[in-house]
Amino acid sequence: MDMVNLKINGIPVSVPKGSTILEAARAAGVEIPTLCYMKDINEIGACRICVVEATGARGLVTACVFPVAEGMEVQTNSQKVRNARRMTLEMILSTHEKKCLSCVRSTNCELQKLCLEYGVEETAFEGYRPHYEKDTSAPHLIRDNNKCILCRRCVAVCREQYVGVIGPNNRGIDTNIGCAFNQPLNATSCISCGQCTAVCPTGALVEKDDTDQVWAALNDRTKHVIVQTAPAVRATLGEAFGMPIGTNVEGKMVAALRRLGFERVFDTDFGADLTIVEEANELVERVKNNGTLPMITSCSPGWVKFAEYYYPELLPHLSSCKSPMQMTGAIIKTYYAEKMGWDPRDIVNVAVMPCTAKKFEIGRADQSAAGVPDMDIAITTRELSRMIARAGLRFASLPDEEFDSPLGEDTGAALIFGATGGVMEAALRTANDWISGKDCDKVDYTEVRGNASIKEALYTLGDLSIKVAVASGATAAKEVMDRIKNGTADWTFVEIMGCPGGCINGGGQPIQPQYIRDTVDVKSLRAKALYDADQASVLRKSHLSPAVTALYGHEKFFEAYGCHKAHEILHTSYTPRKKYSF
Amino acid sequence: MQKKISNLPFKGTPEQEAALRRIIADNAHDKSRLMAVMQQAQDIYGYLPIEVQAIIAEGMGVPLEKVYGVSTFYAQFSLSQKGQYSISVCLGTACYVKGSGELFNRLQEILGIGADECTPDGRFSLSACRCIGACGLAPVLTVNDEVYGRLSVKDLDAILAKYN
Repeated sequence: MDMVNLKINGIPVSVPKGSTILEAARAAGVEIPTLCYMKDINEIGACRICVVEATGARGLVTACVFPVAEGMEVQTNSQKVRNARRMTLEMILSTHEKKCLSCVRSTNCELQKLCLEYGVEETAFEGYRPHYEKDTSAPHLIRDNNKCILCRRCVAVCREQYVGVIGPNNRGIDTNIGCAFNQPLNATSCISCGQCTAVCPTGALVEKDDTDQVWAALNDRTKHVIVQTAPAVRATLGEAFGMPIGTNVEGKMVAALRRLGFERVFDTDFGADLTIVEEANELVERVKNNGTLPMITSCSPGWVKFAEYYYPELLPHLSSCKSPMQMTGAIIKTYYAEKMGWDPRDIVNVAVMPCTAKKFEIGRADQSAAGVPDMDIAITTRELSRMIARAGLRFASLPDEEFDSPLGEDTGAALIFGATGGVMEAALRTANDWISGKDCDKVDYTEVRGNASIKEALYTLGDLSIKVAVASGATAAKEVMDRIKNGTADWTFVEIMGCPGGCINGGGQPIQPQYIRDTVDVKSLRAKALYDADQASVLRKSHLSPAVTALYGHEKFFEAYGCHKAHEILHTSYTPRKKYSF
Repeated sequence: MQKKISNLPFKGTPEQEAALRRIIADNAHDKSRLMAVMQQAQDIYGYLPIEVQAIIAEGMGVPLEKVYGVSTFYAQFSLSQKGQYSISVCLGTACYVKGSGELFNRLQEILGIGADECTPDGRFSLSACRCIGACGLAPVLTVNDEVYGRLSVKDLDAILAKYN
């Protein structure tokens, strides 16, 4: 590889030809501030906060896109550079609504951090300042353009997710990020993945905060307020309290939820195990009865909504299984309510999810097993972290506690649902045992692990060979669906997750600033926490979960996998959706 | 100023749509031809309402928002219908100092529409333009390709009457 030698602030560094000044600086251990830059996703040099002095260049150049040259000397921290950055910050502030005191992004806002570092508080620029109405139309997020700095990170991730429903409109001072024809977000084909809220540097895009509803429920003594947490939440919640990425905080999370006042702390892992037995059974039925194949997973509400908008003609490929959250909610309001002698109407089911699309999912049709919605409130990992802070709980000092029984019991197979490939692997473990008719030794299906956007593998389960595919991120989903549509796919079973990397990288996960996302493999670190926990589990196959086997066994709640009652309670249906509203 | 979006109902014909689809078919292999397709679509329809932009988005394989973003970035694209008679008032420097702003305001009153809007009967639309190179005739307005110069507000009724 051709290398280029240069100096960053006098530090000699050698980097591959074609590198940018920003990459060279990072190699030299020098951090240059960025706002619009996202490695590989948004490299547009638009915000101009990364300007540096470089020999051979006229004026200041944007480090994020300017290529290095042999012998170049770069100054990232001269007075001229600092003045230019201050000026840029003042100009950004001239249209920024500085309501920092109550902004949910206060203390993890990238603009606020830079203003603090550069001592910029007021702007010298007064004059016309467009005012925008907040877009609160969607169930999962709020867009407040008054806090937008036009960095276009949200636009880049939305296009990276294929849907591209937000983008820059108009020009000059009137440039704003919005939907086509200024329509509200809920009139577009937004899939609610929330990736935009995870990358916004400010508070212009935030999840819709439903914690007030949770507090109100917790204060209502006539209600049984029950919480469940998704597999991926335990792998990330610690980040919100300064813990290293990839710390598994399951025990402290359970302790915190109990201290917040939830009457039962259950685990969505239970529903994940239940999903696997129902889904594996559905797959076997489809294979036996010439049903629609490949069958595709339906755990990810972002993916399901994507399919409804973009591939309505292929909806019969989706498994009819509800998501693990909805299954857990349905079982709480049927089986568990019956067991406890509670009226399902007195139960408030709260879920803590890595996901913003779950806020949409709880309002879906055909998700009311007990005659009332299976789930009542879905909050994100971020919202839970704010509740914990408001309750004055010192998270790091909490003891490790265990989930309540029986819907807190899980297997390692359920834990890995949180990472791309996890549902597939869990399903393969169960299918292999069922087809072979014995408790097989093989539990690790490593070919479907990892962050590649599409993974394919061929497995022999008993006497059956099956081809499978795993996709994460909506662009990968599109590729897979196109192959199914044009008949070039020979898979039997496909897992699709709406977010790249799966739930561990969901739109509701703790904010990591962009320079961390650029330089650390956040997805792999988070996924490792789940795979490690799976490895350490005694039970690693969903069909061995005691809570699940009880339902079909000695509790006699269901007669069999896929029985009529199971269909009533655990399965659902999908609706084709129109992409455009006019 | 944000671009005005027409609130009049879309009245595209099957012939117009067929013509648009032919243009898309000729260009769909190259996404960078989006603007060229949009220009030709505007030639067909006179403007680019959501119904037309959605056909372009689907045909070219780009998000609708991207088409809309382009249509609001470039001044040449219009989101509001052009009337049978499109009135354009020059607000360039020479015309403006000669009182074209008053002409523009008065036309809005007479027609009951704002800038970049079309009367509900589809007869007149009104827009402002920058210098058309006829400063000697300031203040100037055009109705389709007819040029009217050295005007004052009292001339407007007579001009409109010619098109009624």
